[in-house]
Amino acid sequence: MRNKQHHGGRGRFENNGGIELEDVEKVFTLRRRTGVLRRSREEVRAVDGISFTVAPGEMVGYIGPNGAGKSTTIKMLTGILAPSGGRLRVAGIDPARERIRLAHHIGVVYGQRTTLWWDLPLRDSYTLVRRLYRVPARRFHRNLDRCVELLDLGALMDTPVRQLSLGQRVRGDIAAALLHDPAILYLDEPTIGLDAVSKVKVRGFLQDINAEHNTTVLLTTHDLTDIEQLCRRVMVIDHGRLVYDGTLDGLHTLGESERTLIVDFERVLPPVTVPGARTVKTDGPRQWLAIPADASAAPVVAAVAAHHPLVDLSIREPDVEDVIAAMYARLPRG
Amino acid sequence: MLPGVMRLYVAVAVSTFRRYTAYRAATAAGVFTNIVFGFIVAYAYMALWHERPNLGGYGREQALTFVWISQALAAAMALLGGGFQEELQERIRTGEIAIDLSRPVDMQLWWLACDLGRAVFHLLSRGVVPLAVGALAFRLALPQSPLMWLAFLLSALLGAVVSFALRYLVALSSFWLLDGAGVNMVNGLLTMFFSGMLLPLTVFPGAFGETARLLPWAAVLQTPADVLLGRHHGSGLGRALLFQAGWVLVLLSAGRAMQLRATQRTVVQGG
Ligand SMILES: Nc1ncnc2c1ncn2[C@@H]1O[C@H](COP(=O)(O)OP(=O)(O)O)[C@@H](O)[C@H]1O
Ligand SMILES: [Mg+2]
Repeated sequence: MRNKQHHGGRGRFENNGGIELEDVEKVFTLRRRTGVLRRSREEVRAVDGISFTVAPGEMVGYIGPNGAGKSTTIKMLTGILAPSGGRLRVAGIDPARERIRLAHHIGVVYGQRTTLWWDLPLRDSYTLVRRLYRVPARRFHRNLDRCVELLDLGALMDTPVRQLSLGQRVRGDIAAALLHDPAILYLDEPTIGLDAVSKVKVRGFLQDINAEHNTTVLLTTHDLTDIEQLCRRVMVIDHGRLVYDGTLDGLHTLGESERTLIVDFERVLPPVTVPGARTVKTDGPRQWLAIPADASAAPVVAAVAAHHPLVDLSIREPDVEDVIAAMYARLPRG
Repeated sequence: MLPGVMRLYVAVAVSTFRRYTAYRAATAAGVFTNIVFGFIVAYAYMALWHERPNLGGYGREQALTFVWISQALAAAMALLGGGFQEELQERIRTGEIAIDLSRPVDMQLWWLACDLGRAVFHLLSRGVVPLAVGALAFRLALPQSPLMWLAFLLSALLGAVVSFALRYLVALSSFWLLDGAGVNMVNGLLTMFFSGMLLPLTVFPGAFGETARLLPWAAVLQTPADVLLGRHHGSGLGRALLFQAGWVLVLLSAGRAMQLRATQRTVVQGG
């Protein structure tokens, strides 16, 4: 299905969907007026020496607090920002030097921006995307039909983008990013502000695309549920440095992070005691139970349900910030 | 079959055309405004040409024709604002330009296609109707020969590209300037005056008139109007079109150079 193009490049992955970074840096110079004639220069090291490799077909989470350097990394990976130092290869291509050639191999989705045309119906936006990437008619229609079906866009095709809800727009954007069969997909906070239904649809779709086309996915997010359901591997970036690269469970273990089980009982009960959990808060018939994030919630849920009159129950994943803060507490920065 | 690149730009132009068709009320209001202004300026010109017959080498009928051509081309040539440049400036200001830069497309040709799609829409809506009204209300000196009309359309197309190329330079200045309002205002004034929108450039005497008629803004309105009025014929018509094509070449090249600087700057510095 993928349009394999052959070209040179000395990256390890040559022309397939791999990503390589070696000591990549991005320094922004801010010039500020401090007086009538005086200006001060201030350097922001947005990305401060990052190295990693993503193999073709991998789905990797890229997380970190606000301002950590995630979006800057993605901009360098698309070629719209040149690194201040280090070396990048995406599908064997040096992004900043061959931005336009790389564009055919990658798809990009920004949760807070749209690549669609504000005044045009979705359908017309897709026609433009098709012309932009010169997708052959048959392939275009096959890909579009699939996206429309799985992302539930059928009823929206004639709606101008400005009239779509955020969740609908992001789904529309994801479809637009995949019509040309990119080997690599970057998603910069795609689920931010999405309703629960859209989130589930988006995650399911990404899983399918990855399974079917072996698309490499690099995903930044604030929602650890995205990572948990999509990525076996997670990288944590903070102050422009990679501070963790491993499994999500490993991160939880390292951060001693906890998930929260929110339980509604039929009536007000004293704090329940269940093995493997501790009650951290009660409010009327509602209680909050903390369980280690790397342990399964199932036995705890079963134990609570077996001994108490349960009405409702939900699980909250730990916040990225909390996990990272906890990780630091254990692992002094060096 | 068109080659792939051409199909892209045709699709871009068509989609912009369709975008504009969505704003019916704005279009109707624009047509109305052009007609009202046409009448006001027509009566002002009638008074002026009564006092100074043959001013600028135009007879009364030709002067009135000039009025209605100006109104017919005002929107298409974006003589009073409108067009792609405000959108492009906004995209530069908000950083959305990053999205445009990550597409496999040439930015200048992309926006040119957008602006031509818009210009064709405005020529058909805000051009045809006012000119028809003007022709019904006054005796105009419009040509009979279809060839003359064809020459006019060609000249108008070149004028539209000159207009685009000027505004592309203005829009790209936003990469360096925090606020584009000042440049837009200066450009608006220069365009209004030096295109001939206020008074035909032929009325200005001496070196000032000579210079005004050689500036790129003259290629936007004055030249197409004079082509329609039949003031250029034979080799004169060729020279007029060449004058426009020359500015197209110069200004589009300047735009490319500026675009290269601007993208290098963003790619290196961010922003
Ligand atoms: N164009 C820019 N000019 C100056 N500083 C920037 C620019 N873009 C990002 N930064 C700074 O770089 C740092 C990393 O930003 P970013 O990559 O957007 O973080 P994240 O996406 O992880 O929230 C921040 O301190 C931000 O203020
Ligand atoms: Mg970001």
